[in-house]
Amino acid sequence: MALVLQRPKLSLAEKFYLPAVIGGLVLTIKHFFKSVGGKTETMQYPEQKWDDKLPEWYRGAPTLVADEWGRERCVSCQLCEFICPPRAITITPEEIPSADPWAKVEKRPKEFEIDMIRCIYCGLCEEVCPEQAIFLRKDYAITGYTRAEMKHDKAKLYELGGVMPDVINKWNEKK
Amino acid sequence: MDIISFLQQPIPFLVWTSIVKTLFVLFGAILPLVSLSVFAERKVSAFIQDRLGPNRVGAPATLIGFKKDYSLWGLGQMVADPIKLLLKENFIPNSVNKFYYYIAPKLTMIPPLLVLAVIPFGSSFLVGPDGKPVPMVIANIDIGVLYVFAVSSLGVYGIVLAGWASNSKYPFLGGIRSSSQMISYELALGLSVVPIFLICGTLNLSQIVDWQIVNGWLICPIPFVGGVHLEAWRFALIPLMLISFIVFLVSMFAETNRTPFDLPEAEQELVGGYHTEYSSMGFALFFLGEYAAMIAGSGVIVTLFFGGWSLPFIPDGSSHWLFGLENHVWHWLPGAFWGFVNINVFFAKVSLLIFFFIWVRWTVPRFRYDQLMKLGWIYFFEIALANIFLTALVLVYLKK
Repeated sequence: MALVLQRPKLSLAEKFYLPAVIGGLVLTIKHFFKSVGGKTETMQYPEQKWDDKLPEWYRGAPTLVADEWGRERCVSCQLCEFICPPRAITITPEEIPSADPWAKVEKRPKEFEIDMIRCIYCGLCEEVCPEQAIFLRKDYAITGYTRAEMKHDKAKLYELGGVMPDVINKWNEKK
Repeated sequence: MDIISFLQQPIPFLVWTSIVKTLFVLFGAILPLVSLSVFAERKVSAFIQDRLGPNRVGAPATLIGFKKDYSLWGLGQMVADPIKLLLKENFIPNSVNKFYYYIAPKLTMIPPLLVLAVIPFGSSFLVGPDGKPVPMVIANIDIGVLYVFAVSSLGVYGIVLAGWASNSKYPFLGGIRSSSQMISYELALGLSVVPIFLICGTLNLSQIVDWQIVNGWLICPIPFVGGVHLEAWRFALIPLMLISFIVFLVSMFAETNRTPFDLPEAEQELVGGYHTEYSSMGFALFFLGEYAAMIAGSGVIVTLFFGGWSLPFIPDGSSHWLFGLENHVWHWLPGAFWGFVNINVFFAKVSLLIFFFIWVRWTVPRFRYDQLMKLGWIYFFEIALANIFLTALVLVYLKK
């Protein structure tokens, strides 16, 4: 059986419509004076920033991190390069010379480039990394005057990433 | 005969004062006011929605050696918006009817400017060669209000032609809506002010203002000055004039295509309505024409219902009083001072009405199309008609 909706019965004032309009005008003028008094929802961006309100899981620019001894975590496995949906990551691997104290790690990136014009901040590189070497940090204002500037090289990535102490310890000596 | 005495002969004097008045109204008052009301629209809408609105563009003081720029609450936006529109590419689609496409924006912008010719925007200023002060109205003609209605309804041609010449479905729908909307509101608009002519006995806008100075503003026709006149007919007219005012105001909203009656350009339904296919200055003329129509409409409302340039206890341009200083200054200074004050009073009233227009726009949602037609034909037409007869009865039986 069909549901029959009764039309609401309007009072005389509601039929005239003008009281409702005046009610609306009163409401909007209250907001107007509140805003004129300085209480608005607007955050004026370059002066005021929302950095301290960013959530823990915020996905900003992808960066490379070093461990607490300053050793680079990336072992140049290239999984991030393969999973990157817009193919923003380019890695050039290199063998670690045998004289190096960390020679047992065998590989490290000679060059690690992320094209920030391509990056979509999806976080798959962070998710796939077996060494926990790549993290999305909270930098969101990535700008530059040229395309070359927007290509983050290895030095820039470590500068942004900084140090991320003891998340994974598989290359350390057993204690 | 030197140039000064030539300019003081009656006919050359009339010509050059008219030119000066026209230039003042056009470039000194209306164009800045249009620009300012576009800015006010953005700012007021922002404040009503708890935002800040444009607040960055201002005085670039660092360019001339100051330490910092001054944003001046974003007032620079007034200048920046027209410049942006001027510098844009005027793209003309291939399929349009070129002649009507070109002419339509001009037809929208010109009528509101023409309306302003008959509106008295001040009392008088200085003194002419014949000893009379120069009235602050460009064309003081006796058919004033008829002229206003005749010219302002021409504005719909611009919209209809734009809709048709664009050769595209959304502008076409906007044009159709505009024409039928205009037909249904012109009637109520014209009829709602007939009581005013019954009361004042004149169509001349300057004389209507003069009547209001003596008898009180028509929205509440009880005089403020010159003794108390509390006849019964004045009180009987208050509710009638209120009805007249509301019908006229609502019709004016429809006439100027303002929300809640902005059906010809309903963005959510018709993309942009009649100006969808326009860009650059063509669009700007529609855009500015809408605001110019708002200013002209506010000018008419102020003149008809709110006493025009007059304010109680403020003398007009023929005054010789200036706070007791009149014997110590030039003889023309009091007249010039009060004439200047009257002009400002007029534009202050117009600005308040424009604020009201904007305020309503950001409060009331758009009417549905059938609701609009019903309101125009079934309610306002009859109310305005009945109002005429009631006013006539009051004037015949109570005023004597």
